[in-house]
Formats: sequence, structure tokens, C-alpha cells
Amino acid sequence: MDPHIFLIQLLNGVQYGLLLFLVASGLTLIFGIMGVINLAHGSFYMLGAYLAWSLTAQLGNFWLALLSGFVLSVVLGMLLEWLFIRHLYRRDHLQQVLLTYGLILIFSELRSIVWGDDVHSVAVPALLAGSIPLTETLAYPVYRIWLSIICVVLAAGMYYLIQHTRLGMMIRAGASNREMTQSLGIDIGLLYRLVFAFGIALAAFAGMLAAPVSSVYPGMGNQVLIICFVVVVIGGIGSVKGAMAAALLIGLVDTFGKVVEFEIGGFRVLPELAGMSVFVMMAIVLLWRPEGLFGARLR
Amino acid sequence: MTQAVQNAQSRRDFLAGVGALAGISLLPLAGCARSDKVRVGFMLPYTGTYAQLGVAIENGFRLALAEQGGTLGGREVEYFKVDDESNPAKATDNANKIITRDKVDVVVGTVHSGVAMGMIKVARETGTLALIPNAGVNAATGDLCAPNVFRTSFSNWQPTHPLGKVMIDNGHRKAVFITWKYSAGEQALQSFAEGYKAAGGTVIKELFVPFPNVEFQALLTEIAALKPDAVACFFAGGGAVKFVKDYAAAGLKNNIPLYGSGFLTEGVLDAQGDSAEGVITTLHYADSLDNPRNKAFRAAYREAYGMEADVYAVQGYDTGLLLAQALEKAGGDISNRDAIIAAMEGAVIDSPRGRWTMSKAHNPIQDFYLRRVENGDNKVIGVAWKGLEDPARGCNM
Repeated sequence: MDPHIFLIQLLNGVQYGLLLFLVASGLTLIFGIMGVINLAHGSFYMLGAYLAWSLTAQLGNFWLALLSGFVLSVVLGMLLEWLFIRHLYRRDHLQQVLLTYGLILIFSELRSIVWGDDVHSVAVPALLAGSIPLTETLAYPVYRIWLSIICVVLAAGMYYLIQHTRLGMMIRAGASNREMTQSLGIDIGLLYRLVFAFGIALAAFAGMLAAPVSSVYPGMGNQVLIICFVVVVIGGIGSVKGAMAAALLIGLVDTFGKVVEFEIGGFRVLPELAGMSVFVMMAIVLLWRPEGLFGARLR
Repeated sequence: MTQAVQNAQSRRDFLAGVGALAGISLLPLAGCARSDKVRVGFMLPYTGTYAQLGVAIENGFRLALAEQGGTLGGREVEYFKVDDESNPAKATDNANKIITRDKVDVVVGTVHSGVAMGMIKVARETGTLALIPNAGVNAATGDLCAPNVFRTSFSNWQPTHPLGKVMIDNGHRKAVFITWKYSAGEQALQSFAEGYKAAGGTVIKELFVPFPNVEFQALLTEIAALKPDAVACFFAGGGAVKFVKDYAAAGLKNNIPLYGSGFLTEGVLDAQGDSAEGVITTLHYADSLDNPRNKAFRAAYREAYGMEADVYAVQGYDTGLLLAQALEKAGGDISNRDAIIAAMEGAVIDSPRGRWTMSKAHNPIQDFYLRRVENGDNKVIGVAWKGLEDPARGCNM
């Protein structure tokens, strides 16, 4: 591979990894920190994309749509937590899976009723619509670069919030010992409602941001769900840092897995098998560190 | 579907359930209930991603029959429906429901290739007449071809095959092919490669994206590095929108022309917007096809359903035409299977897509149009291949 192309592929890998972090960040909060298995994470991603599409059409402005979509999804998240999720904290994971799987079906049907089953797309906002030429045949879309920057800012913000603020301290305390935190006079119910709502809003936000580079279509949520869990599991439950490292690792493995042909012990590994590369990597990481890259030692 | 029909249907479901509960002794009664109406069963997706395709196919079929006075060979028609959900795991059950329980004379289905395979299996076992209005799986009119199974749409082999010749005519001798790593994608690649090699071209690289992944950036970079004369591809639905948009955003479209099977730009042009301008595809239909038959069909469809017809509506419509023609020839006698099969084999369908005939393996021999996206419309710029016939590999009929 010539060095020029190698560098561009490196950029692709990092950019894809950052995008994965964005998509998985909400799950890191809800699954990683609250310990709730939210299978409907992908549904909120899809909901966000559809919100971006319909709000952009109605408000005529992508940025306004982004803002109002975010607010809407926080409200939706709080409502859902109050209605369903809060009853599940003390129950086992299987019941959480059952409930959130039900939510997938409900949201997919609601989407079909409200928005239909068509494929849509959201125009890239004019400010970021261009492409930067890299070689004589290839250019890089500005929006993707901007998206990467947003991801980095978001990651830094989350890390700061959880590790270095009072709110973050309360969240971490609640995650490690719910009863004790409550007995110290912290309203754990409200705290968890906020965290859940924020996690949901992050998933929807990711969907909204991804809408202009992706397309908006019915199955998009289910597609990101698995890779999000892979990110959180490889990174280590409860670690924002880990999720970031895992997302970048997956981005690079997936990108180079798709284009590089190599040999291991006489077996030719073909790019066609790229679909497996991420999962092979997950297996290796979990064999080496069962708690994930940055996870706490298993309780 | 009117409310009355819907009620009748749920009543029938209910009765069937009661029958099953009451025990096997009731089953023969269902057999006695057969009237002299022609029983037509739709096994189509009415929910899920392909729901709109299912509806378009049924609409087209009903329109064809309405134009014949609502009858088939002079006999009234009774409709049955099952929602196959595009779920291959339920395909056999659903096919059994409509074929064994509802005892239809002819089953029309379906969209999803995996579901079609299940339906064909049941149709082959029971000998029920089956008409496939979309699913392109090659085996349906190849390995698994059967006297009672007909297809009115296309085989996966067909839409990408003419591309190679077109690309050579445009001077593109080195091409990259990119698609999803799944059976329809591989079948599309194989038929493209055949046609392209025969015309004197070389496929310098085959690129695959794991299905249904839509992250293309790495492979677009690979294409830019390979610098082929042109790129050919097979994508549909949400993936098609994303691929075409990414291809344009990566600046490739201006340097390396993009070709594809017609499904790349079918029903998704609005979502693709400017990025699809200039993309060249081949398909057996185009909305803008300029012939009086197509214009009349589209006007009638708009009148009847208040929406625009698409390629799936045409395929449903042609399925109706085929059945009507066959029953007409058989004097309305649906039990005379030999006469009906012979009539279908010899059918000439005067379709909105142009006149087509049935191949020996029961797949349309039809023209493939060359289309270029202009101002958000698939404009027909010529005929890419006249009377293209699927090679029907593995069919001994």
C-alpha cells in the first residue's frame, strides 16, 4: 500500500472509530455506568435520525433541528425512565432485556406509523457541505471531519463530567453502591433519571449527527446496536476512556481489515472476511483481559 | 382492502383457529366450502421494510384484473392474504397457511428471495400454481425450476448482466465491482463479470462490504487508489442511498463514472439528491419509459390508488395480466392445470415495461433499458440489451 493511501486509510479508521464512539457513548452511560442493558439503544439512534430528517424539513434549519431534537429526546428519556426503567434497577438483566426488546418493537412500529418505511436523507448543512481534495481522484467531506471534532469534544466533556465534577462523583457513587449513596442524602432516583435521559439523548444525538452522512432508513438502529455493545465490552464496562480506545481500535481494525490482504501460517486472509475481523479482535481482547481494556476488575 | 374483506378474513382466521382446536375431524369441511370462484392468494410482505413493495404488487395485480372486469376467464375471484413479514424463518408456515389451509388455486408471492425459496418448496410439494412478482433469486428459475412456478419480474442474473457491454461501449475497459457480501450481491457480481469479460473488459478488483454494513469510506479510498476506468455496483434501499452519497462526497463521481443495477436508483432518488446525477443503471423498467402503454398504466394506477406506480407495481400488474391471459385461454377452468401452464409458457405480455415472453425456465425474456439519472429522474437513454434471457443454469425443464 503506498504511503499516501495508507495515511488516508488511517484517517478513515480514526474517523470511523470516533463515529463509533459517538454512537456508543450513550450506551456507555446507561449500560456501563448504570448497569442497565438497553437493547433499545439502536432504536433511539434511529429515532434521532428520523427526528433530524423531519425537524429539518419543518424548521428549515439543521442546527435548530439538532437542538430541538436533543431537548425532545431528553424529555422522552425521562418519561421512559419514569414509566418503565426505574422498576428494573433491582431486577435481573433478563427482565431489562425483555423490556428494552419490547421497546425496539414499539419504536419500530411507531416509526412506521409516524414516518413510514421510506429511505430518506438529510442534506449536509451548507456551512460544511464541501470536500477537501486529498489526491487527484479523492476528496474528504468536510462534514466528516467536523463530526470527528464533535466526537472528540463530546468524549472530553463526558470524561470531565464523570471523573471531575460533583455530579459525576454522585453518578459513580450511585453506580457502585446505590443504598449507601441514597443514605447520604442524594436523590438517587432523580440522578438515575437524568443519567438515563442523557444516555438516550446521546444515542438520538448520534443519530441526528450521523443522518447527513448516513441515510435515514428503518433498519439503521439494529445495525449499530451490536457494534455499540462490542465497543462497551471491549473498552470495559463503565469506562469512558475504554470506550474511546475500543472505538478507535475497532475503527482501525475494520478499515484495514477491509482492504489489506495478508497471510498467517500459509492461510490467506482476504478482505472479504472483514465482517469477522472486529469480532475476532473482541475475542482476543476478552481472552487477554476479560474485564475489557479499561474495565474495573470483575466484581 | 375494504373493511368488509378484512372482517371476513379475520373471521376466517378465527374459524380456522376454532377448527384446529376442535380437532382434525372438522378439516374436511373446509374442503367442502370451496366455491367455483378462482381462489387467489397473496403471500406478500405487508409489514416491515418491504411493506410498500407488497402493497404496490397487490395494487398492480388488482388493477390488471379490474381492467378485465374484475374476473379471471369469466370467473369471479376470491382473494386471500398472508403477511410473510419478509421473514424466511416463517416462509414455510406462511406458504402452508395460504396453500393448505386457504386452498388457493394460485399463490402470488413474494418480495424477499429467502421467503420465496420457502414458498417454492411448498408449491413444489403441493403442485400449487405459484407466480413470483419480485424475488430475484436465480434458483427459482434455475436449480429449483418447476412446471408450476413462474416469475414475472427478473432473475438476479439479469439486471447487472447488460452493464458490461454498456461500459465497454463507453470506453471503460478496467472496472471495479463493489457490493454487499451476500447472495444477491454475489449473483449480481457474477453475472456482471460474465457480461463484462465477454465484451472485452477486465474486473481489476472485487470489493465487498459485510451485509448490511454501510461504512464505505475505506473501500472508496481503495477505489481512488486503484483508479479504474469505471465502477459498477449492486446496492439497494438505505445502502444504495448512502453509497451514492458517499461516492459523490469522496469526489469520485467526477473522475470515475458510477454504474449499477437499476435498483441503485429505484425509489431512492429523492433521498440521493444531486449526488445521483449522472449515475447510469440498467433495469427492465423506468418510470419515465416513453410508450403509450406505460403512460396509460401510470395514469390508471394514479387514478385508482392516488400514488405513483413503480417497478414493483408493474411486476404485480404483469402477474395479473399473465394469470388473466392463461385463464382466458383455458376457458376459465382453473382445474385444467396443463392448459393453464401451457398458456403461461406461451404468453406474450403487453406490459408497461414493453412486450415480454416467458422463457423455458419460466422467467421473463425482456428488454433491459439504459437509464441515466437526470434532474432527479431515471431517464431512459436507450435499450441496453434487447430480449435478455436468463441462462437458467441447473434447470432441466
